[in-house]
Amino acid sequence: MLHIVNKSPFEKTTLASCLAHAGPGAAVLLIEDAVYGATTLNAAEGALKGALGRVAVYALGPDLEARGMKERVIEGVKVVDYAGFVDLVAEHKTSQSWL
Amino acid sequence: MTEAAMDLEAEAAGVVKKFMYVNRKAPYGTIYALEGLEVVLISAAFDQDVSLAFLDDGVYQLVKGQQTKGIEVKNFSPTYRALEGYDIEKLYVERESLEARGLTADQLLVPVEVMGRDELVRRMEEQDVVIAF
Repeated sequence: MLHIVNKSPFEKTTLASCLAHAGPGAAVLLIEDAVYGATTLNAAEGALKGALGRVAVYALGPDLEARGMKERVIEGVKVVDYAGFVDLVAEHKTSQSWL
Repeated sequence: MTEAAMDLEAEAAGVVKKFMYVNRKAPYGTIYALEGLEVVLISAAFDQDVSLAFLDDGVYQLVKGQQTKGIEVKNFSPTYRALEGYDIEKLYVERESLEARGLTADQLLVPVEVMGRDELVRRMEEQDVVIAF
């Protein structure tokens, strides 16, 4: 399953809840303000790093660039472009947006 | 003299109030940051004592190196650099908010005054008008 999160981890609990519910082998894609959750030294970094061995984490490149966060991505998080976003949706049988 | 006439007289006399704009949202994900900035620019025309506070995700508005071509949205971050030209020079950034996000003042695109939460609260209490975005 592909989980899609779009809210900042400082403003909403959706990223934390998503990571707690993402099963082994799931993919988590961070877009819009959720890309802050994929950056180094932020307070939510530990939770994301803890999930990295269990789930694949992706972050949308254009959203990182817009926010000046391109150089701060946590190691192990894969950066994808819009075509990569489409591929992820196509590769997974189901996807869920954490609103 | 009627009350309305007194208000008019006070305005003509150039009564200056302390306005603080409180910015708590990240840019681009919502419209708050851009709309807040527009209001700040409008307020500059009224010769008031304006300050901007950045806390919580609002500190992300000031991060250097924003490139929005990929998301096809206007990059409004250079506008913060123009505020000085409108005599808006009081930019307060909350230290706790920066630290929680792994940011430092040198990663911001304008000179700011970084202060602890207690000091920021004190500045908020001094205001005549506080407008939050």
